[in-house]
Amino acid sequence: MNTADQYLKAIYLIQQMEDGPAATGKLADMLDVSPASANEMIGKLESRGFAEHEKYKGVQLTDEGIVRARDAIQTYCIIERFLANVLAVKEFRKEARELEAVIDGTVAERLDTIIERRPECPDCFDPEDDACACLELPFGEEPAAD
Amino acid sequence: MSVGHSVSSDHQLARLLQIGIVLEEVVEARAYHHYQSLSEEERELDTELEELLEHAAEESAEHREMLEGLIDGLDVESIPFEDVETLVEARYGQTKPEDFDGVLYDQLCNEETAYKFYDDLIDAIEASDADFSVDRSHVLSVLRELRAAERDGVETVTKIMEERA
Repeated sequence: MNTADQYLKAIYLIQQMEDGPAATGKLADMLDVSPASANEMIGKLESRGFAEHEKYKGVQLTDEGIVRARDAIQTYCIIERFLANVLAVKEFRKEARELEAVIDGTVAERLDTIIERRPECPDCFDPEDDACACLELPFGEEPAAD
Repeated sequence: MSVGHSVSSDHQLARLLQIGIVLEEVVEARAYHHYQSLSEEERELDTELEELLEHAAEESAEHREMLEGLIDGLDVESIPFEDVETLVEARYGQTKPEDFDGVLYDQLCNEETAYKFYDDLIDAIEASDADFSVDRSHVLSVLRELRAAERDGVETVTKIMEERA
């Protein structure tokens, strides 16, 4: 997943949690980048028609941005499910966050052929828990917060 | 979450190589089952397709061994592959391709996906300054060899598809 898609995914999840625009500071925190880097990427996303930024309010995705963000969450969900259910990785959230930048959507699609994923994906993704709400774990639950 | 793509530890590299093994396993299983689904008559009529699938399955098995060799050199706990093999096998044991075009298209997707995976992984290792417990240049040379094989695979399948169009 490329950097732009990681931003789109993060903005989408913050918008869901806040029920409104995503503040730049919050976005920078979530992605562990500087506010200046976040601002720069927001500018790029705006110029590509994926997001709209309003001063003092934050950034909101356009319809096109939402489509891409949902694809990115789906890719992320596949990575998490693959790690948890196929490889039985207990720290699947942490590892998915480390790996998402290296795993492309086409690769995730192939991994998707050996996992069980609900048709409602990615609507079942819980941003607070950072995982699919209907994910069944083959081992004891790992705390969501790292 | 962290932005940017680089591989920073033995553990992360091993996990990515393990994902590579699963992808190869999927390719091998799909090629094998497509091959098995051809009748005797079809195999006689279409030796080109038969050879392609046979070669794909053999190549994926070789690639898995090369990836396993790299993981063996890393300072990580060994990972049992039997469970993954069983799972992948169970998924493809029942599948039947719709027709020859479907088989070729599926092979093309397999080769393209594997190429993309190795290409991204090479970029991510090159972008990292981490020390691994295996020689970085050895890892990169093996991965480049695998990427080149997948590129050849894409070209071979594309050529067959073009000839048949």
